[in-house]
Amino acid sequence: MGDPSAIEDGVWAAVERRGISRRDFLKFCSVMTTALALPMRYTDRIVRALEQTTRPALVWLEFQDCAGNSESALRASHPSFADIVLELLSWNYHETVMVPSGKAAEKSLLDTVNGEKGKYLVVVEGSIPLAENGIYCTIGGRSAVDIAKEVCSNAYATIAVGTCAAFGGIPAAGGGVTGAVGVGDAIPGLKLINLSACPMNGANLAATIVHWLTFKELPATDTLNRPLFAHGDRIHDACPRRAHYDAGQFVEEWGDEGHRLGWCLYKMGCKGPATSYNCPRIQWNDGTNWPIGVGHGCVGCAQPGFWDTMTPFYRTLPSVPGFGVETTAEQIGLGVVATVAGLTAVHAAGSVVRQRRANARAAAAAAAVEAGATPTTATTAITAAPASAPVSAADGKEQSGVESQKGTPS
Amino acid sequence: MKIAIDPITRIEGHLRIEVEVQDGQVTDAWSSGTMFRGIELILKERDPRDAWVFAQRICGVCTTVHALSSVRAVEDALGITIPDNARLLRNLIAGAQLVQDHVIHFYHLHALDWVDVTSALKASPTATATIAQSISSYPKSSATYFKGVQDRLQAFVNAGQLGIFANGYWGHPAYKLPPEVNLLAVAHYLEALDWQRDFIRIHAILGGKNPHPQSYLVGGMATALNPDNESTVNADRLSLIGQLLQRGQDFVSQVYLPDVLAVATYYKDWAGLGTGLGSYMAYGDYPSDTRNRPETDFFPGGLILNKDLTTVLPVDHHHVSEYVTHSWYRYDEGDATGLHPWKGETKPNYAGPQPPFELVSDHDKYSWLKAPRYDGHAVEVGPLARMLIAYAKGVPAVQQLVNGALTALNVGPAALFSTLGRVAARAVEAQVMVQQLPNWLAQLEENMGRGDLTIHDTAHWDPSTWPSEGFGFGHHEAPRGALGHWVHVKDGKIANYQAVVPSTWNAGPRDAQGQRGAYEAALIGTPVANPEQPVEILRTVHSFDPCLACAVHVLDPKGREYANIRVV
Repeated sequence: MGDPSAIEDGVWAAVERRGISRRDFLKFCSVMTTALALPMRYTDRIVRALEQTTRPALVWLEFQDCAGNSESALRASHPSFADIVLELLSWNYHETVMVPSGKAAEKSLLDTVNGEKGKYLVVVEGSIPLAENGIYCTIGGRSAVDIAKEVCSNAYATIAVGTCAAFGGIPAAGGGVTGAVGVGDAIPGLKLINLSACPMNGANLAATIVHWLTFKELPATDTLNRPLFAHGDRIHDACPRRAHYDAGQFVEEWGDEGHRLGWCLYKMGCKGPATSYNCPRIQWNDGTNWPIGVGHGCVGCAQPGFWDTMTPFYRTLPSVPGFGVETTAEQIGLGVVATVAGLTAVHAAGSVVRQRRANARAAAAAAAVEAGATPTTATTAITAAPASAPVSAADGKEQSGVESQKGTPS
Repeated sequence: MKIAIDPITRIEGHLRIEVEVQDGQVTDAWSSGTMFRGIELILKERDPRDAWVFAQRICGVCTTVHALSSVRAVEDALGITIPDNARLLRNLIAGAQLVQDHVIHFYHLHALDWVDVTSALKASPTATATIAQSISSYPKSSATYFKGVQDRLQAFVNAGQLGIFANGYWGHPAYKLPPEVNLLAVAHYLEALDWQRDFIRIHAILGGKNPHPQSYLVGGMATALNPDNESTVNADRLSLIGQLLQRGQDFVSQVYLPDVLAVATYYKDWAGLGTGLGSYMAYGDYPSDTRNRPETDFFPGGLILNKDLTTVLPVDHHHVSEYVTHSWYRYDEGDATGLHPWKGETKPNYAGPQPPFELVSDHDKYSWLKAPRYDGHAVEVGPLARMLIAYAKGVPAVQQLVNGALTALNVGPAALFSTLGRVAARAVEAQVMVQQLPNWLAQLEENMGRGDLTIHDTAHWDPSTWPSEGFGFGHHEAPRGALGHWVHVKDGKIANYQAVVPSTWNAGPRDAQGQRGAYEAALIGTPVANPEQPVEILRTVHSFDPCLACAVHVLDPKGREYANIRVV
């Protein structure tokens, strides 16, 4: 485990931590100028030289990846990829963008591993195949797992970007043959932060880097090692369409009236209730939009094993077999899931019942008016109207918000 | 002497190139994909409506392309026709991808093979401004601006931490640009980094996000259209798309295209290098309506053999087959067989060296890529193939731009069949596409204006409406070339799924007849001034815009593995 103060600092910052005032520091610099028999105008240069920070080093490894996270990093805007690479960090190895190839590229990696031991960050993109001596992914003639072990165990910390590096992702779906795992499973005991999602939102990597540079430590994480600032809430709880969910306004078919009004996508298979990510808040590509915003449900890509737990993507929760148990960052357990699922089922059923009763009321009112009744008597007439055919799951119960539902998700 | 270069950087995926060098020239070459994901089996028995989400993860650089091929393959298998708005949405997303991908490729993946960053420090900003203003009307062209870029670069170099630029082949004799053109290129490298993330917001508007837009559906698109709602694609969103397209047109015509021509002027010898196979193939794409009339595709398909531009042959996917003779698979019928994807099988059978290793080319089988062939021919796919076919078929916009480029460089048409030809074709194609995109936007707006907001064939969404069995082929002209997905749907589930991707055609190994793949053929004759700094080899390899994650096949529902995915 790395020590945050092992990060190199300019002399001024180090001095400041020891409680020496800026005024005294400047006095020191002018004394040094005199001692070095330099003209006084050189004081400024000494100040600047002492303030200059060596940028911390970062290397980026790619294994069984699609490079989606590298691309997502290029979409970051505050700071931008150029800002990070030119001014914030020393971005020493990244096959997708670095200039040298082959042995020259290897040198860049090894110079960092050997010269910055314990001080550099390593980003890992893509899963690591463990089967058959690692022959399913080699780089420069070395297996991925061999490279990862050397580079990650000598780093200050490892940042897994994307669900493949964090949890195995698509190569690990449905029991793939390469023995693909996330980096945390390939190399236990690492200081690790998982920026999952498929791919991660590049803004979250930028934020993680800035957090580290500013606060000198990595962000706080959940039980899956995912940063709370990005994975602390369920999508369902932050969703702008939640009001439609609560009012029972659901899209039933792609392009229907509800779809054109931006209604809730729960019935189209949205996995927002089972997924934790900050998509609703920061959205994607400089806050331009996000999947639910365009009109397609969440597929749960920030969750471990989502390729198996969230599929079929278009089947409604909770009847997805074995779907992810993560509902909030800290609550794991089928009980909670069942409750959520139950609430959802009650909610959806309740909405149908409300609608049918509303229809029945309207129909009865129309009939009463036609028969010559005044609107007031019409109202009396329709309160006696029977509810329509019972609905499943909720057995006709109106949604009450906190009613628990028996049974597990079916 | 044999050299191995691994990793090949500034590509997508994991690629290893080995060459035999004699008297300073490449005499033989082997292209090897070193990564396999084995996404076999995972699509087996799954809902075909889910397939595109999985398939899209084949590649995150050429994101969208596999999603599109996938939904098309399933729609073909199930006999589903999409509404016109869905056609337009798909064309807009795919076309935007192509333009952005090509710009990123030139500046961030290829340029530093031609541009010496350290030399930019010696440039005169005033002279740079003069050059910039002579080749383009792009407003950011003042001496002050270039001085600013140079100062930023100087501060970076002074700090002594060169990052991704460290250990580059700076000062290599093959770098020919004057310092001013180097500074111009470095400035635009930085501009392009800002532009690419802005332009691709089109994907967020129409697809929810980028990378991996999420609005595809079997039967159409999930992009909600409604001029009268806050949440949907309304006039505000349409207007933003229009503005982004305008900025795209400005960038391609004022920055990308002029830069390619300026750089090419100093590297005309590369119009005679990297030719390779001389045979080119495209399926064609970007439909003009929903009636499946390939003759009206915006990018026409065809096959050109042996550089003969007078004859463009028709293309039929049934003539595609794949060999594993020199690949790490086994076929039940043996290594001499070529199999069409509908009959394809993939059983990984690693027969290379155990890591850590020095060479793969001393093994008979040396790659995780299969070797696709068309009618037994080894062919090249990509922007050059498409532009040659369009040129040969007389598409006016293409002929105009290609002839313009040839005139500007004062070279004949033979120059097209080369490394430089690929670079130029990519820029020409980006220009042609970015000029076309506003037309599709206008068609979408026209449909919406008439009250047509349909985006999906809802009548065929439910599996109960499907035939009990169907075989489908879905193709797409992806940025890197001809892409095909083949699917067999049975009883509402995927029974079989295959993909043959552009980089498999290009980066694949030898076939049963010993014919080299496109990279391997193109590298023959490449000069190598310094084996420790093989920038010349990188120039040709990068001209193909490698995407090795793509070069993998995916799943076979019956447990047969498909082609390897080589992610580089």
